[in-house]
Amino acid sequence: MSAQIRLWDIHGGIHPAENKSQSTTRGLEQVPLPRQLVLPLLQHIGNHAEPVVQVGDRVLKGQLLASAQGQFSCPVHAPTSGVISAIGPAPYPHVSGLAEPAITLDNDGEDRWTPLDPMADYQSVEPLELLERIAAAGISGLGGAGFPTARKLLSRPEHPIHTLIINGAECEPYITADDMCMRHHAARIIAGIEVLMHILKPARILIGIEDNKPEAISAMRDAAQQCAAQVVAIPTKYPSGGEKQLIQILTGEEIPSGGLPADIGMLCQNIATVLAIHDAVLLGKPLISRIVTLTGAALDRPTNVEALIGTPIRELLAFAGLQPARLHRLVLGGPMMGYTVAAYAPIIKTSNCLLAATLDELPPPPPALPCIRCGLCAEACPAQLLPQQLHWFALGKDYPQLQRQNLFDCIECGACAYVCPSSIPLVQYFRAGKSEIRALERQHTRAEQSRQRFEQRQERLQREAEQRERDRQERAEKAARAKAAREAKAAEDRAAAPAEASDLARVQAGKANTLSPEQKQLKIAAATARMALKKAQKQLAANPDNTDLQAQIPALEQALAEAEQAFEQATSQEGS
Amino acid sequence: MAIAPISSPHARGSNRTRTLMLQVLTATLPGVALLTWFFGWGTLINILLAGSFALTIEGAILRLRQRPVAFYLNDGSALVTAWLLALALPPYAPWWLVLVATGFAMIFGKHLYGGLGQNPFNPAMLGYAVVLVSFPLEMTSWPVWRGIEQLQPGLTPTLGLLEGLQRVFSAGSLPVDGWTTATALDIVKNNNALTLDELRAAEPALGSIASRGWEWVALAWLAGGLFLIYKRVYSWHAPVGMLAALGLMSLLFWNGSGSASNGSPLFHLLGGATMLGAFFIITDPVSGATSNRGRLIFGAGVGILVYVIRVWGNYPDAVAFAVLLMNLCAPTIDYYTTPRTYGHRKAKRGLGKGQ
Repeated sequence: MSAQIRLWDIHGGIHPAENKSQSTTRGLEQVPLPRQLVLPLLQHIGNHAEPVVQVGDRVLKGQLLASAQGQFSCPVHAPTSGVISAIGPAPYPHVSGLAEPAITLDNDGEDRWTPLDPMADYQSVEPLELLERIAAAGISGLGGAGFPTARKLLSRPEHPIHTLIINGAECEPYITADDMCMRHHAARIIAGIEVLMHILKPARILIGIEDNKPEAISAMRDAAQQCAAQVVAIPTKYPSGGEKQLIQILTGEEIPSGGLPADIGMLCQNIATVLAIHDAVLLGKPLISRIVTLTGAALDRPTNVEALIGTPIRELLAFAGLQPARLHRLVLGGPMMGYTVAAYAPIIKTSNCLLAATLDELPPPPPALPCIRCGLCAEACPAQLLPQQLHWFALGKDYPQLQRQNLFDCIECGACAYVCPSSIPLVQYFRAGKSEIRALERQHTRAEQSRQRFEQRQERLQREAEQRERDRQERAEKAARAKAAREAKAAEDRAAAPAEASDLARVQAGKANTLSPEQKQLKIAAATARMALKKAQKQLAANPDNTDLQAQIPALEQALAEAEQAFEQATSQEGS
Repeated sequence: MAIAPISSPHARGSNRTRTLMLQVLTATLPGVALLTWFFGWGTLINILLAGSFALTIEGAILRLRQRPVAFYLNDGSALVTAWLLALALPPYAPWWLVLVATGFAMIFGKHLYGGLGQNPFNPAMLGYAVVLVSFPLEMTSWPVWRGIEQLQPGLTPTLGLLEGLQRVFSAGSLPVDGWTTATALDIVKNNNALTLDELRAAEPALGSIASRGWEWVALAWLAGGLFLIYKRVYSWHAPVGMLAALGLMSLLFWNGSGSASNGSPLFHLLGGATMLGAFFIITDPVSGATSNRGRLIFGAGVGILVYVIRVWGNYPDAVAFAVLLMNLCAPTIDYYTTPRTYGHRKAKRGLGKGQ
């Protein structure tokens, strides 16, 4: 199906030099098996995977090495057969250059598969079971951020997916991995889309491909003839491959700020991810390799390769004929949104391109001039922000205004910085502003939590004090009742007993000034009450603001008065 | 391999501030050529004087402020300010007038606020306004144009270079008779007895629309401005806003062709500094509004103020004052014209206080 649908334009956008033809002349190549693979436990957004193997274990290709921790996580599988040689911090492809926990696998050269479990008749299987299969294959988004795919596909009942969008735009300069993937694996991609159709049951399926990839478009159209999916050629313009932008181009709808495509009934999957879904479901293969573009003028033979996850970057570069003397900047990803990495790091599931650029190719930016508010950035911004204003507020660290100007809708595509005549590193300002605001929000949350904790503690203390007071009153009442009962009994006794005995007793009492056990008890109770009152008063003197103590004092005074009264009554009755 | 970690984007476009500035200067060339044709060497002398004053002053202040002198001089912004100021000043303005205007523009208009990108007012217009209110005689002495002698034998245009230099550098006050005349805006403004046709007969300088010479120069500014819009140096919003507002005002208050006529729309659009202002002055991004909608409003404000001051105010032309007044409003306009961001139902507008 390739009937024309209406296309929409995105705001702004730029047309940087495409530089895509260099890497498409050699087809899709295989790299020799690397001697050692480094498999980070975090190759996706979410939680680290947990190793299930130990150093020294012999593993087969495709065998599970680390299992997912929760839904926001992905397992890691052995890309080839070999021996686990280390588990621990290892180089990681991140701009910081910091190490990350990883499993190191020494290749045994046999490349022997673990038994696979292909599934030909997935149509008869429940979608949830297919999702489990996709999750177990360790598939995360292969296009950019690396969101766990099964989690993304887990549709929410309140938002049924009516439109499935397959992102083959690949708008960033230099990158041709998806292009080559579509040219060589169109049939498998379409089969993967059919798996997704079975899971999601969407009403329409749109495959968006920028019109600078005519070979990919025709390959996909040929493959999609029997499929409901519609291949749509979209105008070449950066950043049309951004999820938000592609959805806008194909449907004219916008994802609500802070929301997901699912909020408007859409779901977006990248070409390479769909291929991985096909392999996982129909062939039973976990995600252990991906297509990587090797390009840049520092390479003698730029190309695309099918590389095992965990292959060290330097081996891929060597395969493509790296000339180290020419290498000036090594970027993982494209020149617009990629980040610089070290060559000793491995590639991971999200690594789609290695750009080994020379000095002429990506020269260092000239020193920044002050912003003259020319507004070219605002014209280029696909999110319709005013980067010149954001820059102004970022310079002044005016965080409330930054949020008001919708800083968090910035997708960091870099179009603004690309067109800036003053060469201001705008994206850097925006990233810094975002992380400052996030840090402030975290601080604010923590402060709020401590405040709540403090208030809850105060409440608890008050409750406990009130409870103690109630208990004491209960005891006092009980004692008073008991005393009243005893007195009644004593009065009966006195009425019956001879008077002289009573007199004698009184004399004895007067002489020895001794107290009966009950009187002693009451005296002790009065003394205890006095002590409690004094202690409370003392505490109050030290802490005049303590409302709890203030509340306790009258109660304690009353308790003391009652105890004293009881004692006096007891003694005076005795004396009378 | 020691490779510096650099943040994205790694690719950069080739656009530079300096390029923008040079494009602006290029776009003035047709106008400069016509001015020179009609009025002699005066405009070029102005440009030369103002340019060298501006560069010298900018260099000195950058040194005082301990900024890299060559780096900032190279951005071309000082030259553009001086150049536009030179075009606004009357040809053969005395050298000290140019110095005062340029000096005020550079020192008070630009560097006291923090230099490039920080100035709230258009520096060229600030310099122009200062000399306009301080030296009204010199500022209203516009030389007559080539060909006037055939219409009014008492007037002679200043066409020789030596003659021009003498006028610029002669000490003391100038004899202004014989080579200068009132501008068309002035003539119409001060007329309250004649119909426009009678006025045209009496004052050949008035020409058919807005004074001979001036009309052509205005069209040259228009051409230069269209070139800059085509080159995407600035968007069409501010110029269109200004011209549309001025056209609308002059249409609404056009009082026929009698003695109380305020001038036709064409007279206002092609007369005075309208076109220079619309395409070279209010398009200064630093001191104008920044969103497209804001620029439209900013331009419209300038257009309305120009008409108000021209017709009901005390000055025959008003672009400088109108621009300065609207410069004051630009930040507020910005707060109220924020575009709607992707994924938001509507734009957040207003000052954002008390929320």
